[in-house]
Amino acid sequence: MKLIAAMSGGVDSAVAAARAVEAGHEVIGVHLALSSNPQKYRSGARGCCTIEDSHDARRAADVIGIPFYIWDMAEEFHDGVVENFLSEYSEGRTPNPCLRCNEKIKFAAVLDRAKGLGFDGVVTGHYAQMHETEIGRMMYRGIDPTKDQSYVLAVLNTEQLAGAHFPLGDTVKDDIRIEAKRRGLYVANKPDSHDICFVPSGDNAGWLRDRLGSEVGSIVDEDGTKLGEHKGAYTYTIGQRRGLGITVPAAGGEPRYVLKIEPKTNTVVVGSHEALAVSKIIGDRPIWCGPEPVINTEHRGFAQVRAHGTPLACTYLQTGAEIKVELDEPLFGLAAGQGLVIYDGDRVVGSATVASTE
Amino acid sequence: MTIYLDHAATAPINEAAIDALNIAMRKLGNASSIHNQGRSVRKDVEDARHKLSELIGANPSEIIFTGSGTEANNLAIKGFFWQHPDRNVIVTSAFEHHAILDPVEWLVEHEGAEQVLIPITKAGVIDLDFLKKVVAERGNEIAVISIMHSNNELGSIQPISEIVKIAGKIPVHTDAVQSFGKVEFNFAALDVTAATISAHKIGGPLGVAALVLKRGLDLTPVLHGGGQEREIRSGTLNAPAIVAFTAAAEYAIANMNNNFQQIRELRDYFVAGLKKCVPDVSINSVSDPALPGIVNATFPGTESDALLLLLDTEGISASAGSACSAGVPRPSHVLVALGLSESDADASLRISIGTTNTKSEIDQVLAVMPSVVERARNAFVVSGLN
Repeated sequence: MKLIAAMSGGVDSAVAAARAVEAGHEVIGVHLALSSNPQKYRSGARGCCTIEDSHDARRAADVIGIPFYIWDMAEEFHDGVVENFLSEYSEGRTPNPCLRCNEKIKFAAVLDRAKGLGFDGVVTGHYAQMHETEIGRMMYRGIDPTKDQSYVLAVLNTEQLAGAHFPLGDTVKDDIRIEAKRRGLYVANKPDSHDICFVPSGDNAGWLRDRLGSEVGSIVDEDGTKLGEHKGAYTYTIGQRRGLGITVPAAGGEPRYVLKIEPKTNTVVVGSHEALAVSKIIGDRPIWCGPEPVINTEHRGFAQVRAHGTPLACTYLQTGAEIKVELDEPLFGLAAGQGLVIYDGDRVVGSATVASTE
Repeated sequence: MTIYLDHAATAPINEAAIDALNIAMRKLGNASSIHNQGRSVRKDVEDARHKLSELIGANPSEIIFTGSGTEANNLAIKGFFWQHPDRNVIVTSAFEHHAILDPVEWLVEHEGAEQVLIPITKAGVIDLDFLKKVVAERGNEIAVISIMHSNNELGSIQPISEIVKIAGKIPVHTDAVQSFGKVEFNFAALDVTAATISAHKIGGPLGVAALVLKRGLDLTPVLHGGGQEREIRSGTLNAPAIVAFTAAAEYAIANMNNNFQQIRELRDYFVAGLKKCVPDVSINSVSDPALPGIVNATFPGTESDALLLLLDTEGISASAGSACSAGVPRPSHVLVALGLSESDADASLRISIGTTNTKSEIDQVLAVMPSVVERARNAFVVSGLN
């Protein structure tokens, strides 16, 4: 096959490209420039967006022996990921920009361009597996539980997944580093990326405050009694306990947690741990990574709501426009906007965006 | 199969230059040393300087060797600016190479300079009336006028003699990197104050160039330490590269007229073929007089980086505008200065033909061009983000 390898400059995508070449594919390396001004998103040795990273990616492509190009996706990234991140926060939701980037950039803008140019698909260094099964080509968790990235890929529909290649899913990260070294890829010891790539400081709250302002608002309890003030409701996370700056202690002295963020009134609602309990989740914008589950019928599976969260046993039902999940055991703290991913064992069934919880 | 159509970026080194380089590299000695070996290397350098000065119509002492064309351009721009503390205006054209525009912008940001850009006419030459007006109104504020001898993306040759007349006593520098060795270029006849020439564009080695500067003039140096070149440029003389530069220049100029004809015929053949196989192509390099081998063409509905990728997979090397330091392609400022929209500029390629190209190569390129353009158009989907 003719494949485009998306190369971030990190070790995973470099080894993925090398493996694709070794598997006999005709591979071209592409580094995505995600900022029109690379200095703006400069982030030292992290995952993407710096001049150094584009040079690292180029060097890896040279060592592997494949052509290398830089594709300017700055506009698409800004409009599709960064702006969306801001607007979601400003509406009181908690988005996951990596999900969004996979859905709108890596396996949409890049895949479409690749196909237009006459390529068959895109190779990335994500830790997930594609297996041929009786029901078609399905996505499964990567075997390294600490690196598994199937969660952030669950926004890809079957058509996108048909053009997706994840050569690293059958290997643990430590072995990838050893392999990178054996292959002479000097990025072998480059640190993993963790933070959001366009928030180079890692200070998510500060980055949001700079862009959305820091209007003072109230922190209230569930009855509406004012307990303190905050500087920007969107800098709080559902389930957050520390740093609330509440001066009035709870009657029983128990800790209080963020329960709700109300952007319209710029209010943060806090309460007890029990009040965070969620046993029903409704997600909208469903995307199916394989065959669509029979509509309006209960299915058993696992729900996962964070990239490395625990899979929670559940019963789910899809209505066409929504996925409704009933958890066997409650989870504590879930924000609207988070990704809801449904698994059948290790197979990714599909995903939705958390709209509401009970 | 590989077909090299990027001679304006760098040209294949010629055998005369390789031979000169090989011999000179085996020779021990620093040209600034007073002993036997030093004297011998110094003689080689001065022989080369002498010969080069004849080829360019200059006096030997007017040649200041540098490490690159970029360095020579920086020396000219910054040197003239710092040499005239009472004059802070630098006049250049809107389609200069970045090796001129960037030092000027740096002086604007850090040293209080003011940049005046002369616009480009549809014919791909600078607007002389505009220049006249600037000189008439602000002549006593201008530290230097720097206009390239020929444009690297369009090939258009600029009216340097007229610019010199308009400038009067204001120093005129010309970046002649693309012209020297390919078209007539005579320093004395043009009567410019300074000119930049470079070896690797004419079959010489990388890493050597020269600023030709009129006798008796001083420039504030950019590099300090040793003062080897007229106290204006410091650094141990790169004797092997200098010797090879002259060898390449001799070869290029001895064959200039033949090469010019041969390359121009190939260019005309290519352009005619391109118009047939991609009917909606528009040719931007239409000026005359011009360098013989430059074709600049817009392929509507494409992006240059897609065209370049596809040509590269077919073994064909061409180029587009410049890229930023991270390698992100940018619409060519030259084409924007010519009046193209950003999207048309971004859909354009520069093909630069050289002596090593053949008619059969051009035929092979023309054979794949329609499919390359079609695939590039398929890839040009306006992103469906929402």
